[in-house]
Amino acid sequence: MRQSELKTLSLLAIAFATTVFSCKPKNVSTTTSGDAAQKVYVAPGKYDEFYNFVSGGFSGQMSVYGIPSGRLFRVIPVFSVDPEKGYGYSEETKPMLNTSHGFVPWDDLHHIALSETDGVHDGRWAFGNGNNTPRIARIDMKSFKTAEIIEIPNSAGNHSSPFITENSEYVIAGTRFAVPMSDNNNDVPINTYKDNFKATISLIGVDKETGKMNLAFQILLPGVDFDLARAGKGKSHGWFFVSCYNTERANTLLEVNSAKNDKDFIMAVNWKKAEEYVKAGKGIKKSVNYAHNTFDEHTHTATSVMEKEVIMLDPKDCPDMVYFMPCPKNPHGCDTDPTGEYIVGSGKLAAVIPVFSFTKMLDAIDKKTFEGDYAGIPVLKYDAVLHGEVKKPGLGPLHTEFDANGNAYTSMFVSSEVVKWRVSDLQVLDRAPTYYSVGHLSVPGGPTKKPWGKYLIAYNKITKDRYLPTGPELCQSAQLYDISGDKMKMILDFPTIGEPHYAEAIPADIVSKNSVKFYKIEENKHPYVTMGDKEAKVERKGNEVHIYMTAIRSHLTPDNIEGVKLGDVVYFHVTNLEQDWDVPHGFAVKGANNAELLIMPGETQTLVWKPEKVGVYPIYCTDFCSALHQEMQGYIRISAPNNNVPLHFSTGTNQPKSEDDKL
Amino acid sequence: MRKYKLFYLVMIAALVYACNPPAAENKTNGESTTAQESPAGGQEAVQDNDSQKDVVKIAVGSADHSTLVAALKQAELVTVLSNAGPFTVFAPTNDAFNKLPKGTVEDLMKPENKAKLQDILEYHVSVGVFKPEMFSDGQSINQANSKNISLSVKDGKIMVNNQANIIATIPAANGIIHVVDAVLLPPGN
Repeated sequence: MRQSELKTLSLLAIAFATTVFSCKPKNVSTTTSGDAAQKVYVAPGKYDEFYNFVSGGFSGQMSVYGIPSGRLFRVIPVFSVDPEKGYGYSEETKPMLNTSHGFVPWDDLHHIALSETDGVHDGRWAFGNGNNTPRIARIDMKSFKTAEIIEIPNSAGNHSSPFITENSEYVIAGTRFAVPMSDNNNDVPINTYKDNFKATISLIGVDKETGKMNLAFQILLPGVDFDLARAGKGKSHGWFFVSCYNTERANTLLEVNSAKNDKDFIMAVNWKKAEEYVKAGKGIKKSVNYAHNTFDEHTHTATSVMEKEVIMLDPKDCPDMVYFMPCPKNPHGCDTDPTGEYIVGSGKLAAVIPVFSFTKMLDAIDKKTFEGDYAGIPVLKYDAVLHGEVKKPGLGPLHTEFDANGNAYTSMFVSSEVVKWRVSDLQVLDRAPTYYSVGHLSVPGGPTKKPWGKYLIAYNKITKDRYLPTGPELCQSAQLYDISGDKMKMILDFPTIGEPHYAEAIPADIVSKNSVKFYKIEENKHPYVTMGDKEAKVERKGNEVHIYMTAIRSHLTPDNIEGVKLGDVVYFHVTNLEQDWDVPHGFAVKGANNAELLIMPGETQTLVWKPEKVGVYPIYCTDFCSALHQEMQGYIRISAPNNNVPLHFSTGTNQPKSEDDKL
Repeated sequence: MRKYKLFYLVMIAALVYACNPPAAENKTNGESTTAQESPAGGQEAVQDNDSQKDVVKIAVGSADHSTLVAALKQAELVTVLSNAGPFTVFAPTNDAFNKLPKGTVEDLMKPENKAKLQDILEYHVSVGVFKPEMFSDGQSINQANSKNISLSVKDGKIMVNNQANIIATIPAANGIIHVVDAVLLPPGN
């Protein structure tokens, strides 16, 4: 086209485009089925059918919603500080965020794995991954609190995690970035990637009774990017499967350079075999440094321990442990169906969805039907392990969930839709649009041996024009579909916190019956607990002033404190004496370079304050607790270092006045 | 002026399409008299005249791509290409379509040939942003229909499949458009 024509047409073109795109279909906001409102309506005071544990993405937290209502119940602080709850601000919770890099107050939580017994949700723990500074967290589903965080050494971009085995034997954590892993010197040129950079998969053991994690061992692997994973189940129990991209092992412009190979891999790992190798002493002990943080429910305090060693298995010393299955074009999702027979690899640049057969895979391994090897690891022949391909499913397949009727649901990012297909014959049965650009999906029990089905939730990345606008940054969203019939029916669309990636949903009664209501005060083993108002006190240890304070409706004890000097470090150890459900007390002091405390009934939490000016400072309860909440207040006086005010504390009484003290 | 006439025709056709979805999509579901059950528009329906244009809006705004735009609509790829992408679209001009044997385009636009049309159009789309300086001689790029295109770069001139010249490049909000002077036919077609 000539330049002059371009100019002439540009005005017309703008007018034209404006006209075309302003004709928004009238039915956009009503693409739900007629009885949608009834299906998602949970009357005031009534309970939802499912809990939905949703990753908070770059918020670093995990959120809990009710399904089908979409109501948000709780944001559980996990990897990011949360001033609302004092998480990461109180002395008791600070160690939870300790790492080998020191205190890290943020992370990027992508995936959820709920604990399982015999391949079915048991409602005990929810695991979440920290992507950026590699960590795995365990959330206690009784208290909805983060109970433990373990750092993963030899990892960077802990994306391919956490994925859980069918009896919660292990949580699997794969590194996205390969990194140099020399014992002595990792200061290497980036262009030596192919020689020096390696990847690892970590197997984190989970104690059957307590849930306590331990880094059982790692497997040293070639420097590809691990993306997602699933453990086998049923017949494939004892294996896990990991999607691998960047098999080109590019270290720059991966957008182009990691998309060159026609096929990357799904990696199959025989973890039972790996366990045997560990027992047989085939692993090498590697010197590492990683934090392991646990929160004790009796001391109400977290401790952080630095661990120094990990056992590393190298596939070259451990035959028959790791295999690669070729998978088209940068596979993202890697999902196993409820029977454990089928493994779905979703190449986000592929035009098909390959479905692998576990039985065929074992057979191919048995017959050594290899097309070659990749960095010494056998590569199975694609056709020998393939159950079949879902043809023309849509564009950009990402993740697959399953129902109990042999159907699979795959999210399509590029074409922004969910596609329902039958696992047995790979026929596409239905497709439903998402608004817009769907990432993960969740069916209640979808990753387990026993999907409860009924609903499908799609987590969308983009919500342009779906809600009232809020400036350049819009919320992400979840969309709820009724999947009880042949066709998926969208019945609700609700905003989420952070960016939701993976989520799991679990029947409410499995979890709700165990919910903690308060902590028994007589079981409080906090070293600074105050077991009753009468035990409240203030102690000086050098320049540290420890205030043993209690909170109960509707006063703080002590509520008048004097004799603290500039230069002192003040520790408010506040014990909430309530033994009643849903009565936390908050605590804050004016000018503290810190957050509030939010203290559960029966708990003790500590706020540290370094006063910087003399004067009298108010303290008060921040969580509305009673009709006299506004009366729940007091003062702390800070005096000059040379002022001879004695240490004194009280509630309800005053010292005799002195004429000298008038201003 | 021939181009302008065509432009107006396409514009009217597009208006009709955008404001009146096919009757089948508009049926009520019988369970309620007020709600409808039907597929709705995707991001192409977002009202936003301020942001940088996406690849579809740019194509729609170019009179030289009216055939491509009509084909994208027939192949139901408008929603896809209005999404986040990122896309590299090799966009044949109307003249490029006209170079095909007589009747080819008309044939592809028939409802029974929709899958074939989709295949051909998806062969013009890469998921990823390939700027001209990123092309190298002998490079192969996988397209959305899973088939590869090959590039040649000689004396700064870029050719696709030894057949189509890149005659202009336009950055878009969700990718990049390379205007080409020939339609790319996937291997096997």
